[in-house]
Amino acid sequence: MPKVNLKEISDRVHARQKSFKARLFVCSSTGCIASGCKTVMEAVSSGLKGHDLDKEVEIVPTGCMGLCSHGPLIRVEVVNRPPVLYVEMNPMLARLMVAEHIEPALKRPDTFTSVPEFLLEHTLSLETPFFTDQVKVVLENSGRIVPESIDDYIADGGYQALEQVFTKMTPQEVIKEITESGLRGRGGGGFPTGRKWGLTAQIQGDEKFIICNGDEGDPGAYMDRSVLEGNPHAVIEGMMIAGYAIGATSGWFYVRAEYPLAVERLDKAIKAARRYNFVGKDIFGSGRDLDVDIRLGAGAFVCGEETALIASIEGKRGSPTPRPPYPSVKGLWGKPSNVNNVETLANIPTIIRRGGAWFASMGTATSKGTKVFALTGKVKHSGLIEVPMGISLKRIVESIGGGTSTGKAIKAVQTGGPSGGVIPRSELELPVCYDELKKLGSIMGSGGMIVMDENDDMVDIAKFYLGFTVDESCGKCAPCRIGGKQLLLLLEKIADGKGKPEDLDHLRELALAMKKASLCGLGQTAPNPVLSTLHFFADEYQAKIDLNVSAKKD
Amino acid sequence: MINAILNGIKIQVEPGTSILQAAHQAQVKIPTLCYHPDLPPTASCGICVVKVKNAPNMMRACTTPVGEGMEITTQDAEIVAVRRSILELILSAHPNECLTCLRNGECELQRLAEDFGISRSDLPKLVPSLPIDDSTKSIVLDPRKCVRCGRCTVVCQNVQNVWALCMKNRGLDAVVAPAGDIQLADSPCVRCGQCSAHCPVGAIYEYNQAEEVWKALLDKEKHCIVQIAPAVRVSIGETFGFAPGTNLTGKLYTALRRMGFQQVFDTNFGADVTIMEEGSELVERITKGGDSLPLITTCCPAWVDFMEKFDSDMISYFSSCKSPQAIVGALTKSYYAEKIGVSPDKIFMVSIMPCTAKKFEIVRAKDMFASGHQDIDVSLTTRELARMIRQAGLEFASLDEGEADSPLGRYTGAGTIFGETGGVMEAALRTAHKLVTGKETDNLEFAPIHTLEGVKELTVKIGDKDIKVCVAHGLRNVEEVVDRVRQAKKAGQEPPWHFIEVMACLGGCVGGGGQFWGVTDKVRLERAAGLTKEDRGAKLRRSHENPDVKKLYDEFIGKPLSEKAHTLFHTHYVERSLYRR
Amino acid sequence: MAIGSGDTIVTIKKAMAKAAGEPDVVAAVKKWKNKRGSLIMVLHEIQNSRGYVPRDVSLYLSQELDVPLSRIYEALTFYHYFKLEPPGKAVISVCTGTACYLKGSPALVEEFSKETGAKVGTSTEDKLFHLQCVRCVGCCGLAPVAIVNGKTYGRLTTSDIKKIVNEWREHFSTDDAK
Repeated sequence: MPKVNLKEISDRVHARQKSFKARLFVCSSTGCIASGCKTVMEAVSSGLKGHDLDKEVEIVPTGCMGLCSHGPLIRVEVVNRPPVLYVEMNPMLARLMVAEHIEPALKRPDTFTSVPEFLLEHTLSLETPFFTDQVKVVLENSGRIVPESIDDYIADGGYQALEQVFTKMTPQEVIKEITESGLRGRGGGGFPTGRKWGLTAQIQGDEKFIICNGDEGDPGAYMDRSVLEGNPHAVIEGMMIAGYAIGATSGWFYVRAEYPLAVERLDKAIKAARRYNFVGKDIFGSGRDLDVDIRLGAGAFVCGEETALIASIEGKRGSPTPRPPYPSVKGLWGKPSNVNNVETLANIPTIIRRGGAWFASMGTATSKGTKVFALTGKVKHSGLIEVPMGISLKRIVESIGGGTSTGKAIKAVQTGGPSGGVIPRSELELPVCYDELKKLGSIMGSGGMIVMDENDDMVDIAKFYLGFTVDESCGKCAPCRIGGKQLLLLLEKIADGKGKPEDLDHLRELALAMKKASLCGLGQTAPNPVLSTLHFFADEYQAKIDLNVSAKKD
Repeated sequence: MINAILNGIKIQVEPGTSILQAAHQAQVKIPTLCYHPDLPPTASCGICVVKVKNAPNMMRACTTPVGEGMEITTQDAEIVAVRRSILELILSAHPNECLTCLRNGECELQRLAEDFGISRSDLPKLVPSLPIDDSTKSIVLDPRKCVRCGRCTVVCQNVQNVWALCMKNRGLDAVVAPAGDIQLADSPCVRCGQCSAHCPVGAIYEYNQAEEVWKALLDKEKHCIVQIAPAVRVSIGETFGFAPGTNLTGKLYTALRRMGFQQVFDTNFGADVTIMEEGSELVERITKGGDSLPLITTCCPAWVDFMEKFDSDMISYFSSCKSPQAIVGALTKSYYAEKIGVSPDKIFMVSIMPCTAKKFEIVRAKDMFASGHQDIDVSLTTRELARMIRQAGLEFASLDEGEADSPLGRYTGAGTIFGETGGVMEAALRTAHKLVTGKETDNLEFAPIHTLEGVKELTVKIGDKDIKVCVAHGLRNVEEVVDRVRQAKKAGQEPPWHFIEVMACLGGCVGGGGQFWGVTDKVRLERAAGLTKEDRGAKLRRSHENPDVKKLYDEFIGKPLSEKAHTLFHTHYVERSLYRR
Repeated sequence: MAIGSGDTIVTIKKAMAKAAGEPDVVAAVKKWKNKRGSLIMVLHEIQNSRGYVPRDVSLYLSQELDVPLSRIYEALTFYHYFKLEPPGKAVISVCTGTACYLKGSPALVEEFSKETGAKVGTSTEDKLFHLQCVRCVGCCGLAPVAIVNGKTYGRLTTSDIKKIVNEWREHFSTDDAK
């Protein structure tokens, strides 16, 4: 097979892109599809044809642009003019946009000065903090390229890192580079990635597996989905590099079945990569083989836990198994396996290309690089954001998020989903990084960040998260299976105004047993939302109990 | 060796030793519930948590190996508090119907609650409302009492490879059940009862028929007769303070007589008859050659059930000879009934077996009504008998040594060793030698087939012939043997063995599913040693030397494999399911 | 299959023969047999083509893939994606992710239940609607969200529910008329 020349492909794509006078980027992620981007795109396409502009203007269906609450989104890039972002589009507006913006800008460039006033109302300045405060590494290409197009990805520097790794680097050098970058697992655990790879690389075995954990399950989090939908090749490239580093014989993507679009795009991307021989045999003429395949989850949050994920691929119940043995020693089908989160892998190609030191220059002493968050809840600009580690929560919520959507004051921000906790308003100056969040009883988690306003009832929030983990408990170990439910019953009792003063102690007692004795992370962290709200909002719990006590006295 | 510190004491253990084992070696008992020394740990209950220095959470002692330099604390106020909380949680999801539970006094959860001094419960009850499944009439599944320890599914799936039980649903709804909305009787269950022998609580237990037997014993019209299987005598003592393996045959005879049985027979006699028939069958098949070999033993009803379900292509290699239990049953209601002139329908025949599948065997085919009546009315397990002895108010430990009754009570050492893996084989070889060569052999012991290795092979010289034999126990091991036979047949080759002994339970009947709880390899070996010891010390050690057996053939049956023998001692097999498990 | 009816040799043979003649089942087996980690994938194919995984098919898969039926049921009942009974024609999935919860999904669930008459996790008697709560579908920007047969409805309020239910009721009644 002839070796693919990345530069040739890249030049060809750039030349083609330059042949257009304007490019219209239409966000085609799950969120925007749900808000109707497909009919908008059709309207744009027919509008362009009507104005005889379809040869001069390219429509680029992209992955997530981030501003999910304001979809459908179209970013208009006319040559030599500043880009304009249209929000909350509909087919009629789209046709007007073509007629009043694209058409005059292209056909009468001398007289066209700016977007007409009535259309400006449907745009958002790309100079708003939502965009300017972000630093994009993982999401760099998402929203800029056609996710399915391997050539587009190559044109933006894609697969250079893979070529470099397979042709010029030893596995040890790759691991060294990743270790230097300070990258930590983005799935929530935060274990240093370089060290993790090093552990599996050391183990000898006839077979070894690299596994990508795409079983994103935190309610209110969809970072991995957007990365897979918006830039699947980055994940594949990261996976191949990781596989090379640990000496994998095959690779497995484990993706939630609830993400059909992500699966479809990933599948197409793998096939394209295989055609270019970036996946398969004798990659870049290195003599090294590595193929990858997709397996689907089936609706079990606990499968985000490594050992449960492995059991699930094997066709078993997703029940975690005790560690040791660790998957790095005895994992999938009993062979050494290395499980990495989607976002972790998506960081890899850039780290290789730009160097570990570059990545380490961003962030804090112990949390390097950037982190993608799904900023949702009662926030004005809700969507997918990427920020440097160490940025304050306040800046994320108030500047990037634009404050609450309700106009009410922020009460707290929840991070880490059902394994995390709440950060009250008074602590919002907190820099976002693994260790600081932990100090306040929450965790970084996979990237869910939920804004709550004054109206939100914290006992109810705790109940929501605990209800989630109770539903998702695999049922194997007693502390989680029964403890979670009893804890939930106790919370419900308090929420219903039937709590007694001693119930709070009982709550803490049960939470302790669950934390200390559950077999896996799901059970060990399930009480966190309760303990965290109990810590910061004890008055809300107390108020409900007092109400009950005083009601009885009357 | 690994050096570590346990509760401040320096310890040294082999690599791979779990904290639980290490603690045991250091005379420290860590409480457990889901852990069973006979099975790989499931790590489900969390009762055995301990602290390991620098570990963020407590670790399960059952699955955590001791690491170099590890500092382990097995007991402090916090650990006890956590264990207590877990126990309270488990009790909140348990019906706590101890007084009406078969496991009352023998329950591992009850014992823990006592150890921890649990005296009250503030937690709301989370007991699921699920029906009892007694469809097999051998074992009963009461999922309400289940603590989800996973022992039964591990035994059923991993040890026995039967896959009748599985863990369905998840979270609080997780439940042990057959696959789908079916009952156990409609599942691949072979009724081996290993699940019931390993259950820590009263969630899976033998189908209890003590009441039926008491009723018959009180019925003046009934002539109640009992037989006891070999393995029962070396396990029954465990509930009365004897060490496993203590042979209590004499006390058992006395106890049964005191309970009201008019005749006490011994299944060991039936075992001697089985050898006469099966030995003859073996000789016949060896002579015939061709596709008639191998001969596979059929004393084990769980194995018979298993074969009919999954290995029905092996039916032609099965010995048609019934089990010793069935033979004594058939003879009691024919030979014995004639002798004393009692109508067989007045006889109530009870068998005491180490086995739950025997409850099924007595009705498994028309052949089990060889006397014209159901040959055995009720089959009880060792555990049921133990309970009945208590109910009868007998001081078992101080009972006199009794004798079994004629004509179905006297047995040889060959009959005794039927209760252990390799025993049937050894007994058969002793008699086969005589049948083939016409001469007695002095070589009566074949040590290699008495070990607990899953598949044991041996070549024995009988006359000028090399007889290749195989002994397998534990159904997963059996499958391996059957597969090898199948492959040889497929390839048109000689089968790898002439004669194969199969027992569904590990260790053979001494490890049966109806035996006393808490079996481990150590216990299996101790029980087996009790049987071996009796054989080695017996005057008569060849089945064909049993004078009562000789008399039986002279007076009643004629020759082995005769027409009468076929009517009473032989059965047939049918393919019974296509279940792939 | 009802309790006690069992898998006798006859029912199993029948079931297997039936499943062996179903194109989707045969295709799924052909595609995945001899591949590693195939069980969940085959179950997905059956679930997608039929909306549930019938016992007949499970029995057949057990034989063809050489997987114990118990293991198939362990998986089927563990993963919420799989159903054992045929669901209603219109499957309403209300997202109960955090963002949707905060923005009122519990009330939507109640309203859907009221309008269709289906309790959560069950189908209506006429098998027209199936109501279920699902984990975050990743449309948090549109919260609260419900999906009916793949069509996403965002920024819902309780007053939208009646319209959606009627839309699907009509959809299937005209379907039937055809």
